[in-house]
Order: sequence, then structure tokens, then C-alpha cells
Amino acid sequence: MRLAQHMSVASDRVRSTVIEATEFPELSRAYQVMGVPKVVINDRVQFEGALPEHDFLSAVLQAVETP
Amino acid sequence: MPILNPRDQEAVRKEFERIAGPVKLIVFSQELAAAELCQQNEALVREVAELSDQITVEVLNLAIDRERAEAYGVDQVPAIVVEGSRDWGIRFYGIPLGYEFSNLIDSIIVASTGQPGLSEETLASLQALASDVDIKVFSTPT
Repeated sequence: MRLAQHMSVASDRVRSTVIEATEFPELSRAYQVMGVPKVVINDRVQFEGALPEHDFLSAVLQAVETP
Repeated sequence: MPILNPRDQEAVRKEFERIAGPVKLIVFSQELAAAELCQQNEALVREVAELSDQITVEVLNLAIDRERAEAYGVDQVPAIVVEGSRDWGIRFYGIPLGYEFSNLIDSIIVASTGQPGLSEETLASLQALASDVDIKVFSTPT
């Protein structure tokens, strides 16, 4: 998912890590990865599948909202 | 035997015509933890780096180069940090093959230009962020 990397370049606040799910079964289990791509933002917001840019941004903003 | 076939190499060389400045690929390995995966990952990164004279490679050991690993926030191997004029926060855990390979190539290019391909609205929202964002993307090669 290239949006995550481009967001990293756009802001010093954003870090993105692409994780090869089959090589990291423990991480995949911990984050309950059933299908890919699966995106987890700040361990708070998650979604499966590719989202358009606007919706991806909404997920990022939701993840940083004060609860 | 090379991982990239001549057709892949040619396609990547063409993509790399868009590289705008130096890029460093920092590879974290740890033979004791995942010897085969780390060797394959290093081999792939070196093959990619050979396709542009703007790309350099540094191989670090997660267990020995602990301070560097901590500074980059890397705690798994194999890992790749894609760094342009500065560290943009782009990381790969695992060997980026298949779909992730095109992601790596795209990351190298955007790290070199520092020009993300995002809308004005997205850029404005990201630049206004008041707290840190950690995005994990779980993927597979196919």
C-alpha cells in the first residue's frame, strides 16, 4: 500500500512499516491479520483491503483523535 | 543466482530514472534469528542498489548495532529502512517480493524526491498532525 509510505514522506509525524505477514506470524497473530492488506494505525484503527486516499486519511485522523 | 531476472532489472532501471537524489537502504539482519531470510533480503537489496548509482546500502546487525536499531525504531529482522535526504520513517519488515517489491521501488523514488503523490487536502491534514502516527501495513508477496 503505497499511500502509507507517501504519508510518511509528507509528515515527520508519520511512520509506516510494511510487514510481510507470513514471515512474521507472531506479529500477524497479535494484530489478528486474517486477510491482506491489513492496515493498523496507532494500534487503534484498523481496516482490511485498499482504501482510497480520502478514506485512508480519515482513518489516520480517527486514530489520532482524543478518545 | 540473481533474484531479479533481466526483465525485472530493466523495468526497475526505467523506474529509477525518476530518482532525484541519493537514497540509502539500511538493512538490519541477524544471522542467529533468521539467517536464510536475512541473507535473501540482503541479496535482494544489493541487486536493487546496483540498478541506480544513487542508491547505497548499509548492513547492520540488530543485536550488535542496537543504538542504531533503536534510533530507527527497528526491532525485527529482516528489516529495511528507506532513507532519502533524511529519514522519512519508511520501514519494511520481511523480504519485499512480489507486490511489496513494487512498493519498495516506489518508496525509494518518493524518498529521493521528498514529493509525495498525495492531494493538497491530504498534505494539509498530515502537516497539521499534532501527534505521532504509526501505520502498519500487513501484506504478502502475492
